[in-house]
Amino acid sequence: MKKTYKIEVDCANCANKMEEAAKKTEGVKNAIVNFMTLKMTVEFEEGADPKIVMQKVLKNCKVVEDDCEIFL
Amino acid sequence: MNKKQKKVLQRIIISFVCLIILEFIPVDGYIKFALYMIPYLVIGYDILRKAMKGILNKQVFDENFLMAVATVGAILLGDYKEGTAVMLFYQIGELFQSYAVGKSRRNISELMDIRPDYANIENESGEVEQVDPDEIEIGQIIIVKPGEKIPIDGIVVEGKTTLNTSALTGESLPREVTVGNEVMSGCINLNGLLKVQTTKEFGESTVSKILDLVENASSKKSRSENFISKFAKYYTPAVCYSAVALALIPPIISVLLLNIPANWEEWIFRALTFLVISCPCALVISIPLSFFAGIGGASHEGVLVKGSNYLETLAQTKYVVFDKTGTMTQGVFEVSGIHHTTIAQDQLLEYAALAESYSTHPISKSLQKAYGKEIDRNRVEDVQEISGHGVIAKVDGKNIAVGNIKLMKKLNVECTECHSVGTVVHLAIDGHYAGHILISDLMKPHAKEAIAALKKIGIKKTIMLTGDQSSVANQVAKELMIDEVHSELLPGDKVDKIEKILQNKEEKDKVAFVGDGINDAPVLSRADIGIAMGALGSDAAIEAADIVLMDDDPLKIAKAIKISKKCIRIVYENIYFAIGIKLICLVLGAVGIANMWVAIFADVGVMVIAVLNAIRALYVSKL
Repeated sequence: MKKTYKIEVDCANCANKMEEAAKKTEGVKNAIVNFMTLKMTVEFEEGADPKIVMQKVLKNCKVVEDDCEIFL
Repeated sequence: MNKKQKKVLQRIIISFVCLIILEFIPVDGYIKFALYMIPYLVIGYDILRKAMKGILNKQVFDENFLMAVATVGAILLGDYKEGTAVMLFYQIGELFQSYAVGKSRRNISELMDIRPDYANIENESGEVEQVDPDEIEIGQIIIVKPGEKIPIDGIVVEGKTTLNTSALTGESLPREVTVGNEVMSGCINLNGLLKVQTTKEFGESTVSKILDLVENASSKKSRSENFISKFAKYYTPAVCYSAVALALIPPIISVLLLNIPANWEEWIFRALTFLVISCPCALVISIPLSFFAGIGGASHEGVLVKGSNYLETLAQTKYVVFDKTGTMTQGVFEVSGIHHTTIAQDQLLEYAALAESYSTHPISKSLQKAYGKEIDRNRVEDVQEISGHGVIAKVDGKNIAVGNIKLMKKLNVECTECHSVGTVVHLAIDGHYAGHILISDLMKPHAKEAIAALKKIGIKKTIMLTGDQSSVANQVAKELMIDEVHSELLPGDKVDKIEKILQNKEEKDKVAFVGDGINDAPVLSRADIGIAMGALGSDAAIEAADIVLMDDDPLKIAKAIKISKKCIRIVYENIYFAIGIKLICLVLGAVGIANMWVAIFADVGVMVIAVLNAIRALYVSKL
């Protein structure tokens, strides 16, 4: 399953870091952050609950980039 | 500028003014330190806070950390002015970057601003009401006023008008529509009031699909973008460790081995210069921005690119392979000659059209079109369709046989061979040969220029693959000056041919296949890059191809390649420029020639130039 979320982040490098952090989150199969359109596309692993996973993704992203926001 | 940016701008101004005033106040010692802390903290408090948070989160190598260390270091060494100025310029750079990126984001979305915001429907009391296009169901009637965009695909049920399709195709050729015509969402209604019965939901309509495609395009990352992400990951830590080494090793060596004073201050200052240069932002921002702008500019010209990676491949294309029908020719068969023997031309055509009137074959359609008059089917009896041969029927009581040479042989009618190229339809009346009609596919208006344009931009070879007979194929190839032609191919054979071309080319040369997208899906996906043309409204083409040309003008192939080349050139310019300047500044910094000001240029200046250069990729209409 794939879902797209709107995000807010200030710099391109930070967007890359968010992508890395999201990819490493449990339950996420793949994640792509598009800095130009300010969107994050997350592909979830089978059986994972997007809501719970996205909370973790947000938490992990906040660790690498304090200033970021994901609109869930 | 948004609120956040305005606030930063205020801080920049305050801090800048403070710095100038401090320049004229003759103080020293702690008071000087305290006074300089005002502009420093005004401009840098958020960076310091972020750096602290980064350390707590074990994320040390981010740019905030670098700036914090560099400026605090400078201040500890007593260079209050430099420390504050570095922070100030860093913020100016960041502000500019965020402004430029935001602006180009808006520019590009304006280019793609074809999303309709509302749809008009007539409510129960007969008044026109605006509703969310998502709420419209299939089959509902919507009203499109002059000047409005058609929100959803459908069929005109009332009214007639001229449509501007430029938002979809990049061409501003107006199109006339009237009752019964299909209309595509995204077109602008120029003059008449239309009532349209929708045939799709909003989400499935052309305009939504196109927007979706373009918006997601930059998610498919190109090799250059991946290279930069990887580069950034190693670059920053590498520079940081080098900075530490630069601060420690030379002084230690001086003291221990050379017995000269350590000169700690000098070396630490050089290390700090290193840190300022180390931010990879210019690269990390400018590369995706170039691709994004390139894709945006291309879509404005009616060329949809489904990913940055495809733009990269397209720029390396050296072989272009075409389908014939529908790509180079119009795919519309027309009667191009009537060679009669015993009866008048018109009559020959009339008999042929009548006899074929029950057939749905494109050939019979072209006969009927050339005949041009209403067909009275009462005159036709006993229609017998012989598959692969033609039709036998009774027209006005006469036995008419219309078909190819095989039919004539079967009926033992002697016929004359035609010397012109095309499909030949022979006709016999009551067992006697009456003549033949030549039907051929028309060449697209720009087909020849398109091939010439491809040659001009350095395409090594143009190849045409077609299922059509060799005489027709060869003639078309000769007329268009296509280098190589393979004819009488079944769809499977086309894939084999592509495989062969892929095997025989050089490693870095890429092969593009251009087809009209409906029956060429396997070939489109097998080639390095699949280009579907004339895709307006064809879902299959949008699915199968990597690049979609919205209208069916073959000249757009060369244009698409030119756009991709410009974009890739800008990407490489930025990569070489940014990395080059940074490396030079690093070396200069290490040997002590470059001071903090050069370092700031290496960081902020390079980024500003790279961003401005990236935005150039947006302007492609004159290519």
